[in-house]
Amino acid sequence: MTGSGELRVAVVGSGPSGFYTAEALLRSGASVAVDMFERLPVPYGLVRFGVAPDHPKLKQVTVAFDRIAGMPGFRFIGGVAVGDDVTVDELRQAYDAVVLATGAELSRTLNIPGEALPGSHSAGDFVAWYNGHPEFRDLRFDFDHETAIVIGHGNVALDVARILAKTADELRQTDIARHALEALTDSRIRTVYVVGRGGPAQAKFTAKELRDFLELGACDTSVEERDVTRDEFEPRNSDDPERIEKLSLLRTFSQAATTKPRRCVFRFGLSPAAINGRDRLESISFRHRSGAVEEIACGLSFSSVGRRTAPVAGVPYDTHRGVHANIDGRVAIGHSLVEGLYVCGWSKRGPNGTIGTNRGCGIATAEAVLADLADRRPRSDTPDALLARLSNRVARIVSYPDWTAIDAAEKRRGALLGKPREKFVTIPEMLAAMNACPRTGHATAALRYS
Amino acid sequence: MTYVVTDNCRGCRYTECVTVCPVECFHVDDTMTYIDPENCIDCGGCAPACPVGAIEPDYRLAADKKFWIDVNRKRAAETPVISARLAPLPGADERRQALGR
Repeated sequence: MTGSGELRVAVVGSGPSGFYTAEALLRSGASVAVDMFERLPVPYGLVRFGVAPDHPKLKQVTVAFDRIAGMPGFRFIGGVAVGDDVTVDELRQAYDAVVLATGAELSRTLNIPGEALPGSHSAGDFVAWYNGHPEFRDLRFDFDHETAIVIGHGNVALDVARILAKTADELRQTDIARHALEALTDSRIRTVYVVGRGGPAQAKFTAKELRDFLELGACDTSVEERDVTRDEFEPRNSDDPERIEKLSLLRTFSQAATTKPRRCVFRFGLSPAAINGRDRLESISFRHRSGAVEEIACGLSFSSVGRRTAPVAGVPYDTHRGVHANIDGRVAIGHSLVEGLYVCGWSKRGPNGTIGTNRGCGIATAEAVLADLADRRPRSDTPDALLARLSNRVARIVSYPDWTAIDAAEKRRGALLGKPREKFVTIPEMLAAMNACPRTGHATAALRYS
Repeated sequence: MTYVVTDNCRGCRYTECVTVCPVECFHVDDTMTYIDPENCIDCGGCAPACPVGAIEPDYRLAADKKFWIDVNRKRAAETPVISARLAPLPGADERRQALGR
């Protein structure tokens, strides 16, 4: 063991799994301090940039993250991009353990012809855009079309369909980014197809997400009659209440009368075969379970067929699973473990589960970190020496009190508009909001030199 | 809405739910766990994690189980938060088998 003193851990990423791993380490009873690195000046990962703006209750999980951030030994180091501003190897020299909590940032592609045509998008880009992610803020989506197609039957597909199906008035009092609300206000989209390969029983979305479609003010939800037989709505041999409810909702949609100006149509058993158009998206060809090909005209499409972890320089990647290569949370090349390097959350096990799944996942990774403690190698650097160097490399290291100032400013802007917050959508705006608060200069100095 | 712990938890108390709750809204006494409806954020993580299917969203409860909504609210206010998993109660596995789970 390296002399005495506390264990220093770097957690890379400030989404749910990063916070829960930090919490498990800080609660372990061992002498541990955690520095959480985040590329952006703002924390919470997919809770800020993934959870839909019309799901405010889910976002209350940030109360738990703020509590974790207040635990002794926790520091937020925002505005530092691991892989660009600092390498993983540098972190490994300064910390006893480095835990990657980098999520699954990349959208999987359909790998069919025409996917790059203008008008064909990935759902992940659209979600990050309407949630005001600075790196997606400048994307353009053309809503001057009557029909949109969402490809995929997961919860993200439902989020996208629902945001397209809602009127501006239904979105106005959410924390949706202003640019997105403005663009969607002028939307001409009247029909949204939500298309999946399987039948109703195979759909991955949850009943809870599907229930939201009962509440849409200006949109009827239906199921294309031709795609399914009556008995596909029967939960055969299943007493799983989730499955029973999901099929029952879809049956309800299949029987509903349509009277509202917009419609959302669930389509089943259709695999995308080609995205067609001369200069931009004009239609998508699907192959039906029967083998028949059906072409659906549309002006906008969003593929929502999964995500994978973005590779990080210096970290082995598991191409098959789309995560950092690891054995139960320990990064590994083949069967050989990479000392002091760990993963948690989606970058460990792939994009699945609810927010809380990451709590159990983070606890397991923290246990691995602590179990390896006895064998840890000597460090050649210290966190504070590294941070001093980093402060010369980046515009500004953002502390948690700095974030609190940004947070307060966003809430003040939101209050004027009747929204829970109006997000800053560029990094300069975020930094300006933080600099406008007199207390934060001191807090950042404390972070650098503590 | 909120999620609600119901009778299947009594005598089992596996507490798998506690590990996956992102907001620590589970409370516990000698027989079972309860969800604090004020803190539950409806993430739905606990329901599939329960080995005995004891947890349901409130709207999905059968009429004869609706009273568990009030029981959870009341007992959550009277009992401590549980933040880490406990060993299941003695006889939990037998009970689970008896429940056909």
